[in-house]
Amino acid sequence: MQENISKNSENTQQNSLEMSCPALAQHIKIALVGQPNVGKSMLVNAIASSHLHVGNFTGVTVEKSEVFFEYNNFHFTVVDLPGTYMFSDYTIEERVTHNYLCDETYDLILNVVDSTNLEKNFQLTTELMSMSKKMVLALNMSDEAKKENIEINVEYLSELLGVKAVKVSAAAKTGLETLLNTLIETYTQDYIPAKLIFSEAVEEEIENISDYLTRHKFEANISNRDIAINLLQKEKKTYRTLHDNPIWTELQPFLIEADHHIELHHDSEDIKEIFAEEYFAFNTGVLKEVVCYAHDDKTDKKVKKSVTQKIDSILIHPIFGIPIFLFFMWSLFQLTFEIGSIPMDWIDGFFSWFGEAIGDTISNDNIRSLVVDGIISGVGAVVLFIPNIIILFIGIALLESTGYMSRVAFLLDGFFHKFGLHGQSFIPLVTGFGCSIPAYMSARILKNERDRLLTLFIIGFMSCGARLPVYVLFAGAFFSSSVAGNVLFGIYLTGAVLGLLAAKLLKLTVFQGEDEPFVMEMPKYRMPSVKLIWHTVRTKTWMYLKKAGTFIAAASMLIWFLSTYPHHEIQAEFSANEIAQYQLEHSYLGEIGKFSEPFFAPLGFDWKMSVALQTGLAAKEVVVSTLGVLYSLGADVDETNCSLSTVISKEISFASAVSFIVVMMIYLPCLAASIVFTREAGGIKYFFALFAFTSIVAYVLAFIAYRVALLF
Amino acid sequence: MEKRNLTESQKGSLNTILKINASGALKQRLLSFGIIKGAQVELLEYSPTKSTVEIRVGKMSIALRHEEAELIEVQ
Repeated sequence: MQENISKNSENTQQNSLEMSCPALAQHIKIALVGQPNVGKSMLVNAIASSHLHVGNFTGVTVEKSEVFFEYNNFHFTVVDLPGTYMFSDYTIEERVTHNYLCDETYDLILNVVDSTNLEKNFQLTTELMSMSKKMVLALNMSDEAKKENIEINVEYLSELLGVKAVKVSAAAKTGLETLLNTLIETYTQDYIPAKLIFSEAVEEEIENISDYLTRHKFEANISNRDIAINLLQKEKKTYRTLHDNPIWTELQPFLIEADHHIELHHDSEDIKEIFAEEYFAFNTGVLKEVVCYAHDDKTDKKVKKSVTQKIDSILIHPIFGIPIFLFFMWSLFQLTFEIGSIPMDWIDGFFSWFGEAIGDTISNDNIRSLVVDGIISGVGAVVLFIPNIIILFIGIALLESTGYMSRVAFLLDGFFHKFGLHGQSFIPLVTGFGCSIPAYMSARILKNERDRLLTLFIIGFMSCGARLPVYVLFAGAFFSSSVAGNVLFGIYLTGAVLGLLAAKLLKLTVFQGEDEPFVMEMPKYRMPSVKLIWHTVRTKTWMYLKKAGTFIAAASMLIWFLSTYPHHEIQAEFSANEIAQYQLEHSYLGEIGKFSEPFFAPLGFDWKMSVALQTGLAAKEVVVSTLGVLYSLGADVDETNCSLSTVISKEISFASAVSFIVVMMIYLPCLAASIVFTREAGGIKYFFALFAFTSIVAYVLAFIAYRVALLF
Repeated sequence: MEKRNLTESQKGSLNTILKINASGALKQRLLSFGIIKGAQVELLEYSPTKSTVEIRVGKMSIALRHEEAELIEVQ
């Protein structure tokens, strides 16, 4: 199999082929559609061995993404569309998918279904079959189906539907080649209409309408039967087209009568419901023919609960469910601190050795200071927290990929609802513990505009991974290592509780209105794939490191420059340390810090902390590197083995540290996250609202925290 | 068997959906999850405060609020 994922090379290759031999340049554009959580992205990954983000909860693919590859001289473009249950235009994902399928050009639809749950998946499949497009059905997770003793007669299924079906498994990588060959075959052959059969009443009306169209010699690029089905389903585009046609005046009474007939037959006036029932009946019929459960002993099945049910009976237990959840979260933060601190000493040691080694080779004082005190100590301060970041990301990836996330949403909805939030807000909120950017994006699973905005506003209260270093630094500076993990957990928990209170406040004031229904799928538990988690964690860690090497290195240099210049001539009678102290206080950065100090003084910040906080607006990692640069320059450099956390415990009072942490927890997320927030919320005015809201809350709470902490 | 709403049905027993007394967005949402007249439904679990219930339709587990489950008529 030849594969080529790069877009550019694919395009140039295609162009050159087209120029030399147009017949050879066969380009197949595939729209990949399926219900949420059936493994669409995983299937593309398996085929193209590319790496799209895959998770075990709904709404992972929020935007369509394209993948390119080559197979047997065919150029494939696969458009991975967001998962959708049916075309109700209810959520953003459904609209994205529906609009794409209706308005864009593509060659065929590849519908992915979960072999272990065909009844549910076929609701979408039948709807797709009425779209008059070439289509292939991929029965994914066929290995799981086999384990569950579900046997599917693929040939018979293909025959009944008039759509070619292929058994595949993205996880076990089976059937992939057959799938590709079937896609090519379907592409090269002429379009064969799918065989959809409705109830007698609907069939009768379809015939009436299509006969009428045929009699009036109406022709379109789809069959008259399909037009009739679209008209009965009230498909907007078909209506628009026919509305401009002279036959409309005569057709209209026909349609009104047909509607009456069908509505009477179904005892419902909701056309969506009527067709859902029609498809449901058709699917039940088809599946009864082609699916066979090897163990058909019903009594046996009743007793034998599925693994998912067994796990659920513990994890969503009415009494133990929430304590278990809290225990998981607590363990995660304990691990973050306990295991994370082991390699930290090595990294710390490495960077001080590295700084000295490099420093010895540079003779120029200024350049040495730039490299050692600026770049190495700034970047080192950030890289130091890599172990913590990795553990946190593994934890979140586990939550995502096992399916536990949905259970927590189930457990917490009642509680969240009291604060005006939706149970599903939990998903973006937990993602927010990793990074605010994907969190803002995953808030799209909330359909209701008010719910979504409310969630967007409080995601910042869930401290992201980049704030972790600051917490670890301060917790380590003021608490013994045995309680530091608990302190860390406490900080995160406090942030989350503050977020809930803020949500209630906003719900009562700004976002008043009706509550949104809570209807959510609880996916089957899946063993997390080590490869997948490794991939997610590796990418995120690499991004963090890359940021440390580029953005943070540059910021460290800037801060070093601002804190070293302008140079002052100082008489030699002072000690080296006193000179350094004087120099720092009268540098550019010192001036900025001194200028803003009065504003932050009520919170107990010295000018160094004020500066660190302001640089944190660019990126939270910079807070630690700024502290690293500022305190390594001004501190007693003679003392050996002087780590940043010991310096901090000496130079900052406990009350100031508490107040600093409070501000860190609440104030504006980093620049990149703010940009994404503005985009997701839909306007710059929301950014200013967020800025004002978080700043005021942070300032007021930090002030209170400072005053209270002073009492101890 | 007499009519009742889903929350009144017995935990673990299979019921057939008779009617869905919802409209608009909620109705669409329920339909898209396969909660359709004639489908088999089972009440699985309550959340701690009984504000949310877990049900099963076909092979899919679905979580929904108590007041939403009350709109589903079963027998």
